[in-house]
Amino acid sequence: MTQRQVTVEAEVGLHARPAATFVQTAAKAPLDITIAKGSGKPVNAKSILSVLSLDVRKGDIVVIAAEGDGADEILDRLAEIASAP
Amino acid sequence: MNGLTGTGVSPGVGFGPAFVLDWEPPVPEPGAGHGGDAEAERARAERALADVAADLEARGARAGGEAREILNAQALMALDPGLATGVAELIDAGASAARAVYEAFGAYRAMLAGAGGYLGARVADLDDIRDRAIAVLDGRPPPGPPSSRDALDGPPGPYVLVARDLAPADTAALSPDVVAAFVTEEGGPTSHTAILARALGVPAVVACPGAASIAAGTPLLVDGAAGTVRPAPPDADVAAALGAAAGREAALAAAIGPGATADGHPVPLLANIGGPDDVEAALAHGAEGVGLFRTEFLFLGRSAAPGEREQEEAYLAVLDAFPGGRVIVRALDAGADKPLAFLPPPRPEPNPALGERGLRLLRAHPEILETQLRALARAAARSRADLQVMAPMVATAEEAAWFAAACREAGLPSAGVMIEIPSAAVRAADLAAEAGFFSVGTNDLAQYTLAADRQVGALTGLQDPWQPALLDLVGLAVAGAAERGRPCGVCGEAAGDPALACVLVGIGVTSLSMAAPALPAVRAALARHSREECVLAAAAAVAAGSPDEARAAARANLPGLADLGL
Repeated sequence: MTQRQVTVEAEVGLHARPAATFVQTAAKAPLDITIAKGSGKPVNAKSILSVLSLDVRKGDIVVIAAEGDGADEILDRLAEIASAP
Repeated sequence: MNGLTGTGVSPGVGFGPAFVLDWEPPVPEPGAGHGGDAEAERARAERALADVAADLEARGARAGGEAREILNAQALMALDPGLATGVAELIDAGASAARAVYEAFGAYRAMLAGAGGYLGARVADLDDIRDRAIAVLDGRPPPGPPSSRDALDGPPGPYVLVARDLAPADTAALSPDVVAAFVTEEGGPTSHTAILARALGVPAVVACPGAASIAAGTPLLVDGAAGTVRPAPPDADVAAALGAAAGREAALAAAIGPGATADGHPVPLLANIGGPDDVEAALAHGAEGVGLFRTEFLFLGRSAAPGEREQEEAYLAVLDAFPGGRVIVRALDAGADKPLAFLPPPRPEPNPALGERGLRLLRAHPEILETQLRALARAAARSRADLQVMAPMVATAEEAAWFAAACREAGLPSAGVMIEIPSAAVRAADLAAEAGFFSVGTNDLAQYTLAADRQVGALTGLQDPWQPALLDLVGLAVAGAAERGRPCGVCGEAAGDPALACVLVGIGVTSLSMAAPALPAVRAALARHSREECVLAAAAAVAAGSPDEARAAARANLPGLADLGL
């Protein structure tokens, strides 16, 4: 299992546009990807409703995880989206 | 019936008969099951959700702008894989497609509603998708508001759309020709109804108790700024309210095209932006270009400096919005109060406003400036916009020369400086010998001239942009620039005050850059006054002894402001 831990920097947190971009990007990858808030329960990163339900705010730390070929690449992309201001 | 009061979320006055949207969404009965073919039922549910998603996307594509983004996000919810799994499991357990959709949405709905705030406001979006999907499964698509007035009885003219709540899909396709105002019983300032009403320019009142019991056809006078709804108002009141609003709107709307005084002296009107996201508002308010593109958004909160390519794309996104227009980019403006995570931590500064910030910080870390300038040069080469670069926090001619040399090195011909420090204004002619143009940052110039910290609320009076000392320094900057034939613009809150904008033009300022929403009023104010009137207003303001006297003296010379309600 590969993972990335990043701090969310967007003013709106992982909601609205950042959440949509994050989920759309995750959905394109042929891997199972999860996201968790802090040490909370991981949820499907391809589900906008699950991601919104995490209620990730600016300054929260999220852990994004995936396994398999190309995991590093997609996790880097997702980490970048999640941490973009 | 007495007047109703809610929260005004989109300004303006609208009058028309109430069109009441009172569709009751279908609720599938608990325990409703399917005929036994779970696979076919699952396919039916999947198709209904896909249809709803496609319909939302199509409505978004037609409406464009902010509505498209909101509706695409809703479509993403309709296609949610977690939701699909929930629906399939319920159908496998025997539930009908409609009931399964209802219950599967319920789980997420409870989570969002429990969170309140922004997430709580998304419950309405979720309910709308659910109701649309169930209606599709029932074969009864939900009725929306009529998109043309022809479909309704009664007098011609737009109607006031009244509902318990409105879905983005309902409001996105409407225009001010059809709808005079929105009134909803529920919703709040961050609801999508509020956002779309502002985007459409339709007055709106939300969170208005009693709205849902308004009878269809009742004439309503809606004030979207005050948040009031008056049923069956006297004709005279309607005429007065509409007349006042129309006068102001017409005056603002009549002033279109490039900024200029009444006698045709051009004053380019530009927008201040903080990133590509602000471009849309700038264009919507008629900005002729960008007078201040703050680039901090690329750098702050980052553990590594942004690469040349990433910066290039971000700059290009803005440049491409203004083909043929001017875009003035300010080099990174960081300091001890806005530290950069990828640099060694700054030494503690007791007074960051007077510390190693702006150009001073860039000189200490030239590699950051070099990368930024190279990225800007590459973006400029790929664009049809006129890209200019300026340095923040310049105190001396030597600093201006250093910055101009760095820009030349990177292949950028036009290098300007911000005039924020009194020394730069006092010795403006020396700086103008080195820099291609000036842009006066009135907020910082006031802070440094009056020695009044911008962060200290008690000193707001000293921060007043009408301080005669500040006007004097703007005059010095303009004169120094003119000596070398250089343009001198103003970016800062002062430029967005319609009366002060006229004064600045009178002083000799050559362009004005401001927050986008301020552009129409400034454009209208300039169009109402000749350059001569601006010069007289400026002379009167500069001769005054205090900000209040300066304001009054200027206004006495600017008779057109009163006509505009400014």
